[in-house]
Amino acid sequence: MTNLSILPGKDRVGKAECFDEIRLERGNLYSIVGSTGSGKSRLIKDIEQLVDGDSITGRRILLDGQPVGKERRNRLSNSLIAHLGQNMKFVLDISIEQFIGQHASARGLPTHVRDSLAERVIATANRITQEPIFAELQLSALSGGQSRALMASDIAHICDSPVVLIDEIENAGIDKHEALQALVGTEKLVLLVTHDPHTALMAGMRIVLDHGGIVRTVERDEQEQRLFLELETNYRNQTTLQQRLRRGEHLA
Amino acid sequence: MKRIIMVTGGSAVGKTAFLQATIPYLTSCGQYCCVCKMDCLQSDDQKTYRRLGIPCVTGLSNDICPDHFLVSNLPELWNWATDSKADFLFIESAGLCHRCSPATEKTAALCVLDATASSRSPSRLGPMLTQADAIVITKIDMISQAEREIIAHQVAELNEQAAMFFVDGREGYGAELVGDWLLALPAITTYENDLLRHTMPSGVCSYCVGERRVGSDFQLGVVGKIDFSEAAR
Repeated sequence: MTNLSILPGKDRVGKAECFDEIRLERGNLYSIVGSTGSGKSRLIKDIEQLVDGDSITGRRILLDGQPVGKERRNRLSNSLIAHLGQNMKFVLDISIEQFIGQHASARGLPTHVRDSLAERVIATANRITQEPIFAELQLSALSGGQSRALMASDIAHICDSPVVLIDEIENAGIDKHEALQALVGTEKLVLLVTHDPHTALMAGMRIVLDHGGIVRTVERDEQEQRLFLELETNYRNQTTLQQRLRRGEHLA
Repeated sequence: MKRIIMVTGGSAVGKTAFLQATIPYLTSCGQYCCVCKMDCLQSDDQKTYRRLGIPCVTGLSNDICPDHFLVSNLPELWNWATDSKADFLFIESAGLCHRCSPATEKTAALCVLDATASSRSPSRLGPMLTQADAIVITKIDMISQAEREIIAHQVAELNEQAAMFFVDGREGYGAELVGDWLLALPAITTYENDLLRHTMPSGVCSYCVGERRVGSDFQLGVVGKIDFSEAAR
């Protein structure tokens, strides 16, 4: 797979979306923006399900220009697309180590990859969250931040999917940079739902939603590129202050 | 000519919500559906189905095992579905004990599983899951993708023949895929010569017929006892 296309459907009141085709290429980051309830998560779901005009929006998702038949959809969706949803909790009653082992075997990872896999997944998760996790912890006992860090790390290490969908990375107070670095990897197509200008401008193009429909796409230009560098400095300052705040230091 | 679908699964796993999402899709495909809800004491589900505008009957088994009761009523249900001119008859089980599965050779067996239940629950389900033709995993909006993959893997190890579907009954996501699978099932012409896929628990003891007194003197018929030799070690 080298690219994924979105073909127009309709918004919540039945109005047709005004674009011919939005083509997303592997190796690029795209952001999805719009107010709450504008249909961002629905778009993510359409992509995850590789819909072919049969979802509520009527959109079609093509892989390399081709629709995906219903019989192949489940299988392809699992192998091609990793989704970090808004979920902040695990529900299975198993330990982190069991979870990693079972997910690796469900994915059919070869034995040599599974060697010390748990250590690697946990190490990455611990760079993303400030509350350390360890192998024996029960999944259902994890906090929101720990769960999300583990979900992100699990996608990075266990799901070898070319497409990664991320619904609001900045939730749960995890380290955005570490999480994105783990997830984006090389040659992946990443779609990021966000309300944060800094995160949105990490992407070269953003898709704007309103009333359930895609209303436009915006390319990041040079002015925005400069703004992004400013926001990046702000973000770094904010992160440093946050760390000092947590340590009980005087901030001024 | 119709299709009979046994919808089984534990209590509160989302059997009714699943049918509520799937039946409108079948209706939109021009299929006429009716539902029989099996329960022991009481059930409000009939109202849910009435709202869908389809015929629904509640089978209250009262003192009888609801799965035995279901099988005993298959001929009557067949006739009712025929009189209603139904293309699909869904029989929703009570979802109490997991010892037996009321599925027969001719009917389609669909097992509903709650994605948020214990990771050990699939292996506890027995023939209801291992002999099902389709397994529908509900409440998938509540779990992560990784957990979904783990559950799918566990279920496939217990029954690799069955078709597997993921649905979210609230949003209705996934119902079309199950609906298409149901539409592709062969129709059956008669219930005669049909067989249960799995035997039901053997009865009959004195408690089956209303005994209330506790004690060895009052236990007659087929009586099983716990083996305590394991506990001693």
